[in-house]
Amino acid sequence: MSDRITGFVVAVLALAFFASASQLEQPFFADPLGPKAFPMVVAGVAMVAAILMIIKPDAEPNWPAFAVLGRIAIATLILVIYAYGLKPLGFLLPTALAAGAVSYQIDPKFSNAAKIGIGLSGGLFVIFKFGLGLSLFALPRWMMG
Amino acid sequence: MDLFANLALGFSVALSPTTLSLAVIGCVLGTIIGALPGLGPANGVAILIPLSFSFDLDATQALVLMTSVYYGAMYGGRISSILLNIPGDEPAMMTTLDGYPMAKKGRAGDALVLSGVASFVGAFLATIGLMLLAPLLARVAFLFGPAEYFALYLLAFCTLGGLGSKNQSKAAIAVCLGLGIAMIGVDNSTGLTRFTGGSLHLFDGIDFLVAIVGLFAVSEVFIFIESHGKDSAIGIKLEKITIPVKDIVNSKWTMLRSSAIGFIAGLLPGAGASLGSFLAYMVEKSVSKDKDSFGTGNPRGVAAPEAGNNAAAGGALVPMLTLGVPGSGTTAVLLALLMTLNITPGPLLFTERPEVVWGLIASLLIANFVLLILNIPLVKVFSRLLQVPAAILLPGVTMISFVGIFSLSGSYFDLLLMIGFGVLGYALRKLSIPTVPVILGILLGSHMEVSLRRAMVLSDGDWTYLFATPISLGLWAAALIGFIAPIFLRSYLTIPKPIKEEK
Repeated sequence: MSDRITGFVVAVLALAFFASASQLEQPFFADPLGPKAFPMVVAGVAMVAAILMIIKPDAEPNWPAFAVLGRIAIATLILVIYAYGLKPLGFLLPTALAAGAVSYQIDPKFSNAAKIGIGLSGGLFVIFKFGLGLSLFALPRWMMG
Repeated sequence: MDLFANLALGFSVALSPTTLSLAVIGCVLGTIIGALPGLGPANGVAILIPLSFSFDLDATQALVLMTSVYYGAMYGGRISSILLNIPGDEPAMMTTLDGYPMAKKGRAGDALVLSGVASFVGAFLATIGLMLLAPLLARVAFLFGPAEYFALYLLAFCTLGGLGSKNQSKAAIAVCLGLGIAMIGVDNSTGLTRFTGGSLHLFDGIDFLVAIVGLFAVSEVFIFIESHGKDSAIGIKLEKITIPVKDIVNSKWTMLRSSAIGFIAGLLPGAGASLGSFLAYMVEKSVSKDKDSFGTGNPRGVAAPEAGNNAAAGGALVPMLTLGVPGSGTTAVLLALLMTLNITPGPLLFTERPEVVWGLIASLLIANFVLLILNIPLVKVFSRLLQVPAAILLPGVTMISFVGIFSLSGSYFDLLLMIGFGVLGYALRKLSIPTVPVILGILLGSHMEVSLRRAMVLSDGDWTYLFATPISLGLWAAALIGFIAPIFLRSYLTIPKPIKEEK
């Protein structure tokens, strides 16, 4: 079933890609092939492969339990928040929180995860800032004055 | 003779204090990366690339550093195969078959030393092979026009997809996904923007480093969340290490045979180290007199795949440097490094930038000896790394990936894109759609399109031009065979089942 759904999604994407490519204007001074042809061929190949996948799917992959997928979703969310937080909040605080939270998703022991978060954040800051000379801000800009 | 003059140039570059110390640092880092379970050579090199730019290294130095990491990871991968029965990287898979049983018999130290020597033989011979063959191939590559390059890229996708996946249509989807992503952004020859959906962030296209780090490193974190770090840390204790002279002498022909097989496998564009170690093991098993002892801790079963995969690692550098077509996931990452350094691999590299090529080759020769020292007397130190729990390692890898990508572009959009590629990579891996063709597609997509369009300009739109020369015809035929033959050979290409661990 997973393969059939994937095949369907790929087919839809390929169709959209094909349509988007066919909308491109062909500039009159362009090379004989122009900007459309190659993407259209790629979309065509993807379409054939997707249909084959729908007709002849493999055995069902071993999906993890719902709770595990939930943990993966939480980890993804943490990383997204981290991506937004890294610039305004400085390096140390978001990194400690994100590293601790990801660590907790792998091995749910709270005190360990907290220690790992703080340790990684401090250790990596020293390596990046003083070892590699990256320009990182330790703390939020408004606290640095 | 040319060769010696070139080597002298190479060593004059390689023996400069900076380059030499970078090679040593690269070897140490590489061995660490290879030894850590869950951090293979491809994602290890991928997360280090953005950081290496902050050093302000010149092209040769950056390449020497990263290639030493690559060689080191190939050596280090065997440590967790032998001690934990978990391959440290994909090519080290075959080493678990006899390495772990040998370790269980109390010969862990012997297995590590033997495989270290085998790695050295494989890597050293392959570097010599690289030195002899690459300039010749570079000369042939001058005959390649756009039609030939187009067919060559096709060949790389076909062999990589055909051999790397159990299902041809999934491999094709992976390739198309990569090629499609490569099309995003401004089309260089007409200035039109394509497939950006109007988003300004996508005008410059998607940076392949973002995709590589996402697909390789971030997705690994999700895989570990799923496995809960369960697979780690049931190891075998390492006793005092002695040198098993008898085993080494007994397997000298094994090592030489396997090195030759591995090197040839590495040369095939798109095949790479996994195929090298697989073929080396299978050939060794079939020529051996006592086939049944393979899989139960036969020392030759340890030497063969290690010599094979290290030789393939060297062999894979030949098409990467001379033609710009990588043979494996890790060489794809190295190609990304070259492209970011504004070095175009190909025949011109050998004539215009000989100091880069020969400096690299000389450094690799030196790196091999450094790695031999690191991996035999010091193997005990590295084996301690296996005890690093996943709950520390994976968050660390994530944070390094974030800082690396962030320092590259300073944009949170790239970080989000990287997370997106991480999720995509996880889904693809669960669906057994290979991720390496996606990377290769992103890297080579625009080159492939440009060569096709150039070929059409030259022929004024005549399609038969693509098949007009014997070289391109041969490449097309090889591509077809590379994609279709594995369907029929699949029953021979299955990896023997490792011996299950008794509880």
